[in-house]
Amino acid sequence: MTLEGNGSGLQHRHLLGLETWSADEIKTVHAAARQFREVLDRPIRQVPSLRGVTVVNLFFEASTRTRVSFELAEKRLSADTVNFAASGSSVSKGETLKDTAQNIEAMKIDMVVVRHRSPGAPQFLTRCVDATVINAGDGAHEHPTQALLDTLTITEYHPDLTGLRVSILGDIMFSRVARSNIYALAALGAEITLCGPRTLIPPGINEMVPGGLRITHRLDEALEGCDVAMALRIQLERQGRQLFPSVREYHNQFGITRAHLDQHPDMLVMHPGPVNRGVELASDVVDHERAVILSQVTNGVAVRMAVLYLLSGRSLTA
Amino acid sequence: MEPNDVVKAQLLDERDLGRMLDRMAQQIVEFLEPGASATDSLALVGMQSRGVFLARRIQRRIKEMEGLDVPMGILDATMYRDDFRLRLKQPEIRETRIPFDLTERRVFLVDDVLYTGRTVRAALDALMDIGRPAAVHFVAIVDRGLRELPIRADIVGRQVPTLPGEEVRVRLKECDDLDGVWLVANPKAAGGRG
Repeated sequence: MTLEGNGSGLQHRHLLGLETWSADEIKTVHAAARQFREVLDRPIRQVPSLRGVTVVNLFFEASTRTRVSFELAEKRLSADTVNFAASGSSVSKGETLKDTAQNIEAMKIDMVVVRHRSPGAPQFLTRCVDATVINAGDGAHEHPTQALLDTLTITEYHPDLTGLRVSILGDIMFSRVARSNIYALAALGAEITLCGPRTLIPPGINEMVPGGLRITHRLDEALEGCDVAMALRIQLERQGRQLFPSVREYHNQFGITRAHLDQHPDMLVMHPGPVNRGVELASDVVDHERAVILSQVTNGVAVRMAVLYLLSGRSLTA
Repeated sequence: MEPNDVVKAQLLDERDLGRMLDRMAQQIVEFLEPGASATDSLALVGMQSRGVFLARRIQRRIKEMEGLDVPMGILDATMYRDDFRLRLKQPEIRETRIPFDLTERRVFLVDDVLYTGRTVRAALDALMDIGRPAAVHFVAIVDRGLRELPIRADIVGRQVPTLPGEEVRVRLKECDDLDGVWLVANPKAAGGRG
């Protein structure tokens, strides 16, 4: 323990995506999240840090886990929260995003957590409202808090991500989780491999980050020497058309099985959830001790507390 | 010292500080009830950041002088501060680690300087959320006055009435390369600490 700081603080006023975030900023969030993680183990799992701050959860797209995780994080910080779901609201009556946002702004809101099917919707919101905006997933663009919690979870096993080999498996094309993780992992110095069917890896993606990415279409190549295997959910509902022959064939080619875990005795398995058991991961892999999926969920609340806490100061003093 | 500090006086040198900590260790042990175990009924909690080093020194002295093991924890009250809406820079949250049950223990909360009392207020709230101590005593090296809340130190090294614009700097070898306490003038220092 020293008097040194945990990184130099955040340069951003909003969390729209990790594309522009530095390693220092990501580590600042991690450091704060570790302290909030400790709060979650106390008898009273609440701190008064955001008392009097009002947060609106603006979910234009169905979400249970992320919304519940944000809501819990807000409550643990003693913020006042308002939930706004698209279905059954004025949105279904034809109101535009801008009008919705300005109406909410008129109700004196400090922070907005937004999920929207259109990439860039959170960015657009920052131009309509004064509140701090946190992206909870925008189309196939970014899902920054997921990547922050994924990288935090990795640091529990590998404190330094420099040179760590991380393979991201599956539906890269439609995955905002993959994009945010690629930015975060690259910023932290990890070596990234992408693996999936040709139809689910967009061309040119290896130019996403300066160091480049390794791309393979064979699972055994992706898992060779791999420290962390990050499986992505096959988004059957988002896909709309057949990009691989069948779920069973996908599992045979790209699913992680018990045999893979035995072959790679130090490899961690992660998944952003919800898992399609028997598709991305075999059922006994999901329950394996090296599958850290539930730890990701717990860290999710802590990371969201850290993001809300660190950004709230900006909004109040800006 | 901090930038822009002009030293007005040295209040304590290394030997003074050592003697003071010896006395504080004795005063803490006096609270031990006859027949009770220090390990089970007392606890030191150091406040981030210099309070942690001070609590650790007191813990070592109690061990050396009395042969008693008093458990020690670390507390950071940043999440409980009330100047949230006033803060100008991003707060830094540091570690809180209390590796024992506070319930029914006599807790000695240790910090370097007692000033407005706001940090102590935040620390008390944090402690109450972690457990229910039998009693909490506040231990400070320097009480510099200018309180803004009805809070006092139970065991205090030295009372040093100060004026606005003055600061008290406690320096410890663990983080500053030397031991001692100084009174300085610093017109630019914000009065947020203590």
